[in-house]
Amino acid sequence: MNLTLAAKDGRNQPRDEGRAESPLAVRGLTVSYGEKPAVFSVDATFRAGAMTAIVGPNGAGKSTLLKAALGIVRPLSGKVTCYGKPLAKQRGRIAYVPQRASVDWDFPTRVIDVVLMGLYRQLGLLGRVRAGQMETALACLDRVGMREFADRQIGQLSGGQQQRVFLARALAQGAELYLLDEPFAGVDAATEKAIIAVLKELKAQGKTVVAVHHDLSTVPEYFDRVFLINTTRVAEGTVEEAFTEAHLHEAYGGRLATAQMSVAG
Amino acid sequence: MLLEALTLQLGYNATLVTIGATLLGIAAGATGTFLYVGKRALVSDAISHATLPGVGLAFIAMVLLGGDGRFLPGLLLGSAVSAAIGLLCVSWLSTRTRLAEDAAIGAVLSVFFGLGIVLLTVIQTMSSGRQAGLETFLLGSTAGMLWNDAVIIAAGGALVLALVVLLRRPMTLVAFDAEFAASTGVDVRRTDLAMMGLALAITVVGLKIVGLILIVALLIIPAVAARFWSDRMGRVVGIAGAIGGASGWIGAALSATAPDLPTGPIIVIVAASFFAVSLLCAPGRGVLAAVLRHRRFRARVHVRQGLLALAQEQPIYEGLTLRLMRRAGLIRADGVATEAGRAKAARALLDERRWQLLRADPRHEAAAARYDGLTPLETLLTADQIAELDRALKPEVAT
Repeated sequence: MNLTLAAKDGRNQPRDEGRAESPLAVRGLTVSYGEKPAVFSVDATFRAGAMTAIVGPNGAGKSTLLKAALGIVRPLSGKVTCYGKPLAKQRGRIAYVPQRASVDWDFPTRVIDVVLMGLYRQLGLLGRVRAGQMETALACLDRVGMREFADRQIGQLSGGQQQRVFLARALAQGAELYLLDEPFAGVDAATEKAIIAVLKELKAQGKTVVAVHHDLSTVPEYFDRVFLINTTRVAEGTVEEAFTEAHLHEAYGGRLATAQMSVAG
Repeated sequence: MLLEALTLQLGYNATLVTIGATLLGIAAGATGTFLYVGKRALVSDAISHATLPGVGLAFIAMVLLGGDGRFLPGLLLGSAVSAAIGLLCVSWLSTRTRLAEDAAIGAVLSVFFGLGIVLLTVIQTMSSGRQAGLETFLLGSTAGMLWNDAVIIAAGGALVLALVVLLRRPMTLVAFDAEFAASTGVDVRRTDLAMMGLALAITVVGLKIVGLILIVALLIIPAVAARFWSDRMGRVVGIAGAIGGASGWIGAALSATAPDLPTGPIIVIVAASFFAVSLLCAPGRGVLAAVLRHRRFRARVHVRQGLLALAQEQPIYEGLTLRLMRRAGLIRADGVATEAGRAKAARALLDERRWQLLRADPRHEAAAARYDGLTPLETLLTADQIAELDRALKPEVAT
């Protein structure tokens, strides 16, 4: 009885609390390119059903944390669990939207083909795309307002449109956990609105969203939880708890513009 | 003569060579597409040059063991092993050292090739090596091709093709977006090595017909040519296979029409002519299509500018604009607007005014992004929306 009370109170909870059910939990994660760690001994437990922003200055290891959590880069040390199990067994429950820069835009692929890539796990090596799956892919394009572009070569789209197609591919994965790397970087205002609407829809369906985010002014509006990082973990919690001036100052040091501070504060 | 060669009526050897070259071309074209879109074309050049020391060592080993040094399966096995070592060297140098991949390719290619040439020279001095003819692996030689050789090429090509079909999805995913591929659980490094392994198999299978120096052409040229014809990966792979197969078939037939014509180089030249045709004539990505598109676009811009000038009664100075407008019957030879010209000019001006209004209105942000100075607004908005714009336009026009 006492234990449950303590957990509810939230003060004396052990560090591991919620790790078993958490969609994504990392412990002691260190990633290094060369001999300077980009992420050092980070613990993070992302809350199910929440929209969490990973926030921090440039080069603070935001994207690296995400990539290491997904096994895209190999960590030096640390453990990642997804819904309490090793990542390898949970791939089908995860969808990922990488940074746009990671792609060759002249690749011979149409918008619809990119979305179908989200179904490759389901299709296996040789399975043919059935009518129902094609419908799923088109419906995903519809949700991001890109259905009419289905037959375009991917390089003919604007940056914002490309980002929406990537989001549609993640939707096609039919996951429970959505990880996005800077989804709003270099996109137009209409796209930003469209993306955030889809993400809020996902949250309303009980899905978990974690996004690397660089625009401090929109954090309170878009997200309900914040993970602040500057190579090491600075703060984690609801926007009210973690997104405070003191924590931001700790994470950004002198690099934070006062204008952003006042909005954040 | 050529017709007989193309229809496989030019004798036993020519028929074997033609069938072998066709199968090799299909498999090479399909495999090469993945190398090309994955920007790994040059790695295959390192692989092919790295086969040579293996050929030499296999020959020496077989002679020392008392066998026939020219036993083809043995030579191919040796070439595969040394090519694999070369491939792993490139992979290791570019991922684990500070060397960039291009430098690693250059280093491995030249060192292995040099070593191979040294070995061939040594073999020349061996008593059993005088007639070895190993140098034919450099550019291929089909003169003495046997039934067994053809079977090896056909079986190898078919196996590679089957593996390409099996691995097409992971290979496409890794080539397009490696990070996303990794996030879905695809092993990027292994997929990459598998792709290079297929290129290696093509190289080894193709040693007899095309030779190690030119095999990279058969891997890459069909893929590059095919890319002009489609924006869909599956189709590009299929077209590349077709171009590769056609090159092998036509090339082998051509070389059979006269004695001493080298098969491999002719196959490559045929492939290159497919590339040249694609480069020039392909719709969409081809050079001619691009030139035509640009000229049409320029003409539309000039006419639109001319019409706007007419409507605002400004003089037109540019010769091209005047010529285009005269040809379209919009102005007379003396530069005065015709009936049709005046009507069109008025419409162009109205359209431009509507656009101006639309672009100033934040509610129409999405439509405003489509402004290019050419597209008539009627094609983007409904009649109701146009009417609404015109209502806002009226007072302006009146003043």
